[in-house]
Amino acid sequence: MAIQRLFIANRGEIAVRVVKAAKALGIHTIQAHSEADTEMLAVKLADEAICVGPAQSKDSYLNIPAILEAAKSTKADAIHPGYGFLSESPAFARAVEEAGLIFVGPSADTIERMGDKVAARQAAEAAGVPVVPGSDGRIDVSEALTVAEKIGYPVMIKAAAGGGGRGIRIAKNEAELKTLAPQAKAEAEAAFGDGGLYIERAILSPRHIEVQILGDGETAVHCYERECSLQRRRQKVWEEAGAMCLDDETRENLCASAVALAKAVNYRGAGTLEYLYDEAANEFYFIEMNTRIQVEHPVTEMVTGVDLVAEMIKVCGGAALSMTQDEIKKTGHAIEVRLCAEDPFLNFMPWPGVVSTLKEPTGDGVRFDHFLSEGYQIPPFYDSLLGKVIVHAESREAAIDKLVEALESMEIGGTKTTAPLHLALASDPEVRKGAFHTQWLEPWLEAGNLSATKGDAA
Amino acid sequence: MSDIQSPLPGTFYHKPSPEEPPFKAPGDAVAVGDQIGLIEVMKTFIAVTADIAGTFKGYNVDDATPVTAGAVLAELD
Repeated sequence: MAIQRLFIANRGEIAVRVVKAAKALGIHTIQAHSEADTEMLAVKLADEAICVGPAQSKDSYLNIPAILEAAKSTKADAIHPGYGFLSESPAFARAVEEAGLIFVGPSADTIERMGDKVAARQAAEAAGVPVVPGSDGRIDVSEALTVAEKIGYPVMIKAAAGGGGRGIRIAKNEAELKTLAPQAKAEAEAAFGDGGLYIERAILSPRHIEVQILGDGETAVHCYERECSLQRRRQKVWEEAGAMCLDDETRENLCASAVALAKAVNYRGAGTLEYLYDEAANEFYFIEMNTRIQVEHPVTEMVTGVDLVAEMIKVCGGAALSMTQDEIKKTGHAIEVRLCAEDPFLNFMPWPGVVSTLKEPTGDGVRFDHFLSEGYQIPPFYDSLLGKVIVHAESREAAIDKLVEALESMEIGGTKTTAPLHLALASDPEVRKGAFHTQWLEPWLEAGNLSATKGDAA
Repeated sequence: MSDIQSPLPGTFYHKPSPEEPPFKAPGDAVAVGDQIGLIEVMKTFIAVTADIAGTFKGYNVDDATPVTAGAVLAELD
């Protein structure tokens, strides 16, 4: 039953990570690639590679029939979806299962259930995991006032039928809710033909904290938490393990809640439960579960020594978890920064250059996960993530110092990267103190804290 | 006669969205700064504008096609 021939249906740095982990387990690796990705590092490292379609993702990395066909023709017995692309598609997981292959992740049913906001919230509540206090399903305008009184202001008003940010309003008190709820209802009716509302407590300026879990379908463990509050346009840019803002008791309760939910859904593979943390109230609320490996998984690996990618491959091949909760120990502090091919001084304009020189950051406690090589033309067709610089040290303060050293010793010529942003952040007093939240970075950028001189001096 | 070149590598689009007509049709007047297309680069859309005036002759590459930086996207008369 153990996986012998693993097909990697992804690209970029995570494909490199999966290929290396699988090869270390003695597994034959088959790397999928688009026509634009023939030169990528994972193609060179894998035992074999196969083209799955044209440059555009919808024709290649998102093309389920093409990927299944390629996996079958190369005699793969399992498919690793990485993150993004098809990693959280129940249709893909189901197609893989139906083709008689192993999907390296949870079952299609679990992906479907946890990918549905309402079903995920219900599963969380049933497992005793705190969720943001809100209305029980859809309500009308008059009920909104009663519910708001119960859950406490400020409240967020959403269209019950909506998705994304449409129709979301925040009311700070009853008077505002009386004005805003009818507006939200009218807008919901116009947009979705359904005026049903949903309200929940608005957590202003929360921190983003998440818990890494591993499950084998029978039991589950956690590998502690990460804090990812530094975000721009809802994209994480800087991630840490652990979250220094938590006291031990809160951390213990948070991690225990994540394990309870993972066990309740018989979770298999690596997964992450995301929470909002209200620092003033010392309360955490489950918001969603990501049923895949995440970009920021290395910070957890650095502090626990657990190889999350290897473990997910093993448990999905049918093995039991190779560790118990007691065996997972945490030491020191780790930080990851995302290096993107963007010009941080020009409103993060994409910059898909040719890598002319590459000097990797090295040293004790420094890790660089990437897919670059000298002479490599960064393709313009995919997202801008080039790699991640990860550091591990005894304390958070020492980790930030190490991050600065690593970024200053690194050289990536021929393209712009977001390294100057991370150097500026590392020298910011608030970042040094760990005093930030999810709404912190954008105003900081708008206030001009990242200027050419500061970036150079940092 | 002059060329409008792609400022960046990426995917070139003739239209603001799939349901809408192209930015320019043959025979249209083009002023400096007029948008003639979009380049999708790393999931970001960047406007392609004319840096000289003229009459639109036509697109040189198909809609939704990968292009390199400097590729001729359209011609003006």
